Amino acid sequence: MRPVNAVIREVAEENPTVRTFRFVPSFDPVPGQYLMVWVRGTDEVPMSFSYQDGITVQSLGEATEALFCLGPGKSVGLRGPLGNGFDLVGDRILLVGGGVGAAPLALLGERAREDGLEVTSLMGFRCSSDLIFRSRFEKMGDLVITTDDGSEGVCGRASAGLERLDPGSYDQIYLCGPEPMMMDVILRCRGFESRIQASINRYIKCGMGICGSCCLDPEGIRVCVEGPVIRADRLLKSEFGRYRRGPGGLKEYYRR
Amino acid sequence: MATLSGAVGGLVLRNPVMLAAGILGTTGSSLRRAARAGAGCVVTKSVGASPREGHPGPVVVQVEGGLINAMGLPNPSYKNFQEEIDLARQGGVPVVASIFGDGPEEFAEVASGLDADCFELNLSCPHAERYGSEIGCEPSNVEDITRAVKKSVDVPVWVKLTPNVADIVSLGKAAQRGGANAVVAINTLKAMAIDVETGRPILGNRFGGLSGPAIKPVAIRCVFDLSAALEVPVIGVGGISSWEDAAEMILAGAQGVQVGTALAGGYGIFGEITAGLERYLVRKGLTLMELRGAARKTP
Ligand SMILES: Cc1cc2nc3c(=O)[nH]c(=O)nc-3n(C[C@H](O)[C@H](O)[C@H](O)COP(=O)(O)OP(=O)(O)OC[C@H]3O[C@@H](n4cnc5c(N)ncnc54)[C@H](O)[C@@H]3O)c2cc1C
Ligand SMILES: Cc1cc2nc3c(=O)[nH]c(=O)nc-3n(C[C@H](O)[C@H](O)[C@H](O)COP(=O)(O)O)c2cc1C
Repeated sequence: MRPVNAVIREVAEENPTVRTFRFVPSFDPVPGQYLMVWVRGTDEVPMSFSYQDGITVQSLGEATEALFCLGPGKSVGLRGPLGNGFDLVGDRILLVGGGVGAAPLALLGERAREDGLEVTSLMGFRCSSDLIFRSRFEKMGDLVITTDDGSEGVCGRASAGLERLDPGSYDQIYLCGPEPMMMDVILRCRGFESRIQASINRYIKCGMGICGSCCLDPEGIRVCVEGPVIRADRLLKSEFGRYRRGPGGLKEYYRR
Repeated sequence: MATLSGAVGGLVLRNPVMLAAGILGTTGSSLRRAARAGAGCVVTKSVGASPREGHPGPVVVQVEGGLINAMGLPNPSYKNFQEEIDLARQGGVPVVASIFGDGPEEFAEVASGLDADCFELNLSCPHAERYGSEIGCEPSNVEDITRAVKKSVDVPVWVKLTPNVADIVSLGKAAQRGGANAVVAINTLKAMAIDVETGRPILGNRFGGLSGPAIKPVAIRCVFDLSAALEVPVIGVGGISSWEDAAEMILAGAQGVQVGTALAGGYGIFGEITAGLERYLVRKGLTLMELRGAARKTP
């Protein structure tokens, strides 16, 4: 598939560094699937669907900054929906997100509600002004918020909020956020890691399972097509939480 | 039972169907997975003297009959690559290190710095300045570089040729003069795709290389011509996505085949091709050796 020309219909500022871009046309993604977003003249980067027709982006570097310069009426090239997406399982689910990782979970939670599931959310942010999608999560069911500085909700990381819940009682837990945070949550949920699905971040380039840039050691899982959603029992047997690779394949270790 | 095992370019392989360079070849784990899925041997991503991040995206664009890529030779450099080769070797098949450089010295430096079962010299990547086909278009470069690497390692050396020349056979002859154990043909064809909405070239690098079914007839012709003209074996690559394609490549004269773009359909491709080839040989009552180059012998 060539990149589809998509016109930006609307831009919403979710917090000082996070914006949502809504496009025409709309897509039909499974929540957890992603798009390769071609910011013409800069780069093509992976972004999860946060709406059927939208992505929610944190400004980090070249491509995302270039995207932030585009307003309604401007266009990007899109390839997708790509990847596997989350698998909705059971009747009661828990969403655990950190920062912009809330984006795919918001779409997932809304889909789960449409299907009649009971949804609880635990969302961690650095501070109250970083909060995104509060009303979307509140509409779905119970919401626990944590902030690193205690300016809103429970003080601490998302894992601190886990103590307020009984994670083992949910049929399925869905995770998306910074890797150390996801690893922390998984380690606190030992014993039922096969009921956790995590959307993970690896350096995705081709998005079609051939270039090898996003492969996960030691199985060689092609995250761009077999992921980005991977069950935690598989992640525990992988490089996840220890290192990831940069654009040239060099390992970048997480500090423990 | 037909056997697919035999010598290919100085290696002994359980079957002649290999993973092509630059496809799922950046990590030892993905190479090992290809080996475990049935590849006869695996070729790594091309590695060079220093780390490269590759070109900005898009790095691939799907087009009619295949795709155009301009990865830009991303690699962690040979200095950080031995552990990947070592892990890949756990797959139980030979690991061929694809390498690139800007001339004989750099090629020899990279080759000497790696312990692999064979080297494949990338003299054919069409989208990286100073490397690949920029030097590999010139027979004298091909010969000098092949000779330099042959001198610095004691495992087989294969030379991967570019089809983006008027006469690929002259490149093959140069590789042979330099001492190559085999030539590999072909790398991607120079290509380009333009976004109609904006008039902008789609690839971050603007230009790239075409691979997939669209280039198979070109590859078949190159392999046919090369295998007629050379004494060293030819390994065929370009658009192979079924056992019929592999058989066609062998009929054209290939001793082995490599599969690239078809991996987009998953690792199962190795099992499909080898099983199909086996059935075909049985049905025809032929050995692999008899099949090789048979197209040339038809009246
Ligand atoms: C499946 C998937 C879904 C994602 N969804 C979202 C999302 O919904 N919202 C969001 O804000 N971010 C998301 N990301 C992360 C996003 O792709 C990166 O933040 C973005 O690529 C940064 O590009 P840049 O040029 O602005 O920054 P750079 O300066 O190039 O890089 C900043 C950071 O982003 C990483 N990065 C750069 N390019 C890529 C790439 N091609 N693949 C993976 N990581 C990369 C770099 O390693 C670095 O850590 C997702 C990543 C993946 C793999
Ligand atoms: C994404 C991609 C990356 C590639 N990287 C390399 C490389 O690093 N070195 C190399 O010699 N060839 C590279 N190639 C070329 C392939 O090895 C092969 O020669 C070509 O794609 C034709 O075979 P195919 O049609 O089966 O893909 C690459 C091809 C693709 C599609």
